[in-house]
Amino acid sequence: MTEHTVKSFGEQLEALSALVAQMGGLAEAQFAAAIEAIARRDSVAAERAVGGDSRIDEIQQEIEDRALKLLALRQPMAVDLRETLAAIKTAGELERIGDLAKNIAKRALVLNREPPIRLTQSLARMGKAAQNQLKQVLDAFTSRNAEEAEAVWNRDGEIDEIYNSLFRELLTYMMEDPRTIGLCTHLLFVAKNIERCGDHCTNIAEVVYHMVRAGHLAANRPKADTTSETSVPYETHA
Amino acid sequence: MYEQNDRHGNLLAALPNRRNRDYDEVMLESIARLRAIAWPLMFGAIAGGAAVLFGGPGLFWALVALGLAAALIAQFVTFQEPVLRPQEQAVDDPLAALPPMTRVLMDQLPIPVMLLDDDERVLFVNRSMRDVLGPGLDRKRASSVLRNPVVLGAIAEARRGFSTNVPFSLPVPIERHYQAYAARISVSPSVTALLLHDLTVVKRSEQLRADFIANASHELRTPLAAVSGFIETLRGHAKDDEAARSQFLDIMGVEAARMRRLIDDLLSLSRIEMNEHVKPEGRIGLESVVRQAVAALKPLSAQDSMTVTVKAEAGLPQVIGDHDELVQLFQNLVHNAIKYGREHGRVDINVGQADGQVFVAIRDDGEGIAANAIPRLTERFYRVDVKRSREKGGTGLGLAIVKHIISRHQGRLAIESKLGEGSTFTVFLPSPRPETPVKPTMPEPVTEVL
Repeated sequence: MTEHTVKSFGEQLEALSALVAQMGGLAEAQFAAAIEAIARRDSVAAERAVGGDSRIDEIQQEIEDRALKLLALRQPMAVDLRETLAAIKTAGELERIGDLAKNIAKRALVLNREPPIRLTQSLARMGKAAQNQLKQVLDAFTSRNAEEAEAVWNRDGEIDEIYNSLFRELLTYMMEDPRTIGLCTHLLFVAKNIERCGDHCTNIAEVVYHMVRAGHLAANRPKADTTSETSVPYETHA
Repeated sequence: MYEQNDRHGNLLAALPNRRNRDYDEVMLESIARLRAIAWPLMFGAIAGGAAVLFGGPGLFWALVALGLAAALIAQFVTFQEPVLRPQEQAVDDPLAALPPMTRVLMDQLPIPVMLLDDDERVLFVNRSMRDVLGPGLDRKRASSVLRNPVVLGAIAEARRGFSTNVPFSLPVPIERHYQAYAARISVSPSVTALLLHDLTVVKRSEQLRADFIANASHELRTPLAAVSGFIETLRGHAKDDEAARSQFLDIMGVEAARMRRLIDDLLSLSRIEMNEHVKPEGRIGLESVVRQAVAALKPLSAQDSMTVTVKAEAGLPQVIGDHDELVQLFQNLVHNAIKYGREHGRVDINVGQADGQVFVAIRDDGEGIAANAIPRLTERFYRVDVKRSREKGGTGLGLAIVKHIISRHQGRLAIESKLGEGSTFTVFLPSPRPETPVKPTMPEPVTEVL
């Protein structure tokens, strides 16, 4: 009889983590649609991304319910406990990524009504970098791979660098031509949202690392986002 | 049992259902055990009654003891015997009905195939599917190996008996497009098949055509405007001005050359992007490729009186690559080093190996690149200094081409730079592991049935 109990417990844990993977797939698809909407001025993709949010929220709810039931009824220990905790935490991060994707898509709808601007291509490229991070970290989650998670964690600097560069460029644009302020502000928020997605990926990487190794990644992630200290001087000649 | 499963199509709904099955199994098992105890006990009771009637209490107790012992032995024996579980016996190998030759055929198919069981766990993947999804798919759940919600939805539909056919794409690291077909190929045991049809080439050519037109029309507009402006002037008031005419014709020549370079670069970028998802197959020695690229640029470096030196480690392994693309890659990088290096300066090229990869480091002694520009250098049409790039005849596509070639070769580009000291561009390319054969000549038997 004991064998049976353990087997079904193992299955419940596995089902929980399959559910997280499924939620990850939804977040990936939503984020991809949002970036597609920016890159190709595709308002249909944007609407798809805006609508995709509710299913993610539903699954998050279900993951939490199941994890709670597991904690209450099975009292998992060691790696089982960490896995349960990781499922709850990852679901939270993925839900945030879904929200950010939705916000990006909403802004894409506005941007697509304006004349095209080359900087959207830079944003799309930054988005691709974040998409890559999300894919890698979800792969690390499903394959329980701590090294891969650590690699994702270390790679976030690249997205931060692109963000810094875009931030400066957008500020310069706005100074040169105040008529672009409306458009550029949207672009600035899109860039910020993508950068936040990258940060959520590193959070998931930390969760995965903890789940596999039971240790923590170093407290100080190599942060390269310097925009909070950036100012671009206003030059009067235009 | 299967009908029940079919009613709950998706993974979520199937899970509580699984628990029901566990419960049923437990009941079956308990009943079997009870029966095992009950029979000897009944026999014991009848025999005991007979003993009381005919033999007195001594014989009665002896028979009761005998009955209990029989019960224990019987129970022990039933524990050893498998209790009847029809599903489990069938599920042992759901692919048992598949003839071995069909398995070999499926493994060899160029179409990615995956078979899933009742729990949406991977039963079998063929070689092409492993190429798409990577190794280690063994017995994993579909949602763990292929997270795409569209595909998971198709699988769930197929499990309910409705064959489906949906398009989906894997956007990173290199964009790929597929049409996924899912169908239930066996009801009991339940087996669902997932087939992928690769549409990358078709989608890519569509996208590239659109990109090409957008880029070309945008980027060609400036030089074209300049040329038409000069034509206008030459027709008008500069008609008889000899000096102005030759000056204008020179400028027009420069602009025309720029347009030609732009079209060349756009075309080669399109060509490279078209094949980006196809792994290169050749085996190439990097040193000779680098030397070839440097030799081709000799006239340019001589013109700026630059010294280009190539140093290579001895005994370097070959890399997996496409010869022409690698020559173009190093030509672009060395050309940049010459263009943006100091006059009478030097370009040092180092070929070596590190961590199982071969690297080529190209160092110039120019002005260097600001840190915030580095991550965006490989963006198409991104220029650190627009005016300077125009003067040097850059198209803004050189490093974008470099990036796509490296991405196809699954390599890496590292850029280090310090303002005032120069920049180093290092290309890392993977070398094949010695044990991998170039191409299997004979089809192997089934390599992996999961």
